[in-house]
Amino acid sequence: MKELDPMILLAVFLEMLGPLLWLLLAMVLLGTAAFVALLVRERGIAASRLVRAQLVGLVGGVLALVLMATVSSSGFTDAAGPIDWILIVLVYGLGMLGTMVLVYTVAGWTRLLRRQGAAG
Amino acid sequence: MKSDNKNNTGPDEGLLREPLSRRTFMQLSALGAGALLLKPGAAQAAPKLRSAARIVIAGAGAAGLATASRLAARLEGATITLIDARKAHYYQPGFTLVASGIKPANYVTSSTADYVPHGVELIEERVAEIDPEGNTVVTASGRSVPYDFLVVATGLQLDYAAIEGMDERLIGQNGLGSIYHSPAAAEATWRQMSEFADKGGVGVFLRPGTEMKCAGAPLKYTFVTEDYLTRRGNRGKAEIIYNANNKALFSVPIVSEKVRMLFQQRDIKVNYDRVLQSIDPGRRIATFRTPEGTTEMGYDFINVVPPMKAPDVVRNSPLPWQQGAWGNEGWLEVDKHTLRHVRYPNVFGVGDIAGVPKGKTAASVKWQVPVAVERLLADIAGTESTARYDGYTSCPLITRLGRAMLIEFDYQNNLTPSFPGVIAPLEELWTSWVVKTMGLKPTYISMLRGHA
Repeated sequence: MKELDPMILLAVFLEMLGPLLWLLLAMVLLGTAAFVALLVRERGIAASRLVRAQLVGLVGGVLALVLMATVSSSGFTDAAGPIDWILIVLVYGLGMLGTMVLVYTVAGWTRLLRRQGAAG
Repeated sequence: MKSDNKNNTGPDEGLLREPLSRRTFMQLSALGAGALLLKPGAAQAAPKLRSAARIVIAGAGAAGLATASRLAARLEGATITLIDARKAHYYQPGFTLVASGIKPANYVTSSTADYVPHGVELIEERVAEIDPEGNTVVTASGRSVPYDFLVVATGLQLDYAAIEGMDERLIGQNGLGSIYHSPAAAEATWRQMSEFADKGGVGVFLRPGTEMKCAGAPLKYTFVTEDYLTRRGNRGKAEIIYNANNKALFSVPIVSEKVRMLFQQRDIKVNYDRVLQSIDPGRRIATFRTPEGTTEMGYDFINVVPPMKAPDVVRNSPLPWQQGAWGNEGWLEVDKHTLRHVRYPNVFGVGDIAGVPKGKTAASVKWQVPVAVERLLADIAGTESTARYDGYTSCPLITRLGRAMLIEFDYQNNLTPSFPGVIAPLEELWTSWVVKTMGLKPTYISMLRGHA
């Protein structure tokens, strides 16, 4: 165990999250794949949808922080040193990014599939 | 009433092996906590060693289970036997959180059988006798279990009887708390402490004059109580007194000094050289032994931390230190770097029972077990192992709800931070609290399974 073993990492996260870990990993993988597929299909980024997704992402970041505070039994006055603020930014950023990609992708595919349905 | 609490680790934690592994472990904990600071490495599966060796592990707490898991993963054909009567497994690093109203009692309770690895026999009996001359362990029912190698992981015994007037059944009544006793007592202590935080009065805190599990836990609880009083607006109505058993607040001088400063900041009064001698739970009076004689102290709330000693089965065997500071407490006479018994080379001691100078914590277990296992496997293979334990242990010292100091140190009182320059050991941080509340339990459970 001189190097960090991915299996150890997996074991710890499995203990922490249980089957939820697989669900989360599947969401990340499928979400990313769907996002990339959407970009290819639409040949670029739809700017107005991205802006709307970013707005929802701002709320997603807040939700990530609330979730983090709940599971770690923390309050909103606990941050002290620089690493605390880095961690807060990291959690917020991940929540925002995840929500943004999810909203953008779901909205994009919904629109595409509707259009296909209307055309067919 | 005698305590049957002989678990293997202290209400505290951290964990590891060689310096890199230790760091890796704490990083894992932090990772679990959301700090993505890791670099992936290659998975390594060590080849299995064929052997017909009979290995007995006395005690199935954290150290016993972690040892069994690691041995089972590395050996083929060996007979590995765990012996322990207690069916419940306690995640003791969580006791303080239960007693602080952060987690429910079931957060720390699971079943020993859940962690017994495949191919390892669990004898659900008390170890009654250890005979290192005859290489045999005898169980409470008289069953004789011979061994080629013995790993002693019996944990320790809480010696409430050594406090005159103390009755464990009264924990949770009349201002009497004691976190260490059991998950139920930790929860009962929380109710008493919460009541105290509502009313104020005199809160008395202490630690025993013996070796103990996680010497940080009594300090943490003092801090948490002070914080609850402050949050509920009753700090002005309360006096908080911490009674140190010697002239320090913590065995690592730099940490002791930091705690002294924090205590002073929060107006927590400190008495040195005071050891609880007797208690009158009805009248709420604690009597302390001091160099000048005894002194009485009235309390509205008290957290009794009992003296701790080796279980009788070890004390009555030839295995303890025969002289020196630990001669009376019965800790196993092992080499502090190899965990091998000094007089019986086929016997190892890991966890709380090991007579080494630092750390009766889950962190110590995590670092000790791989060393003892590597040494034992080398004996079987006829090779030499250089695995060495330098006393690493860790204590996420909670200094208020939502903040902790992630203190890691070794035999020489060096601070050994896993994240130098990132998580400062002597700084009260939310990140360290997150590591404690989110990262440690999953990592601890992984350790029991031999995965971390």
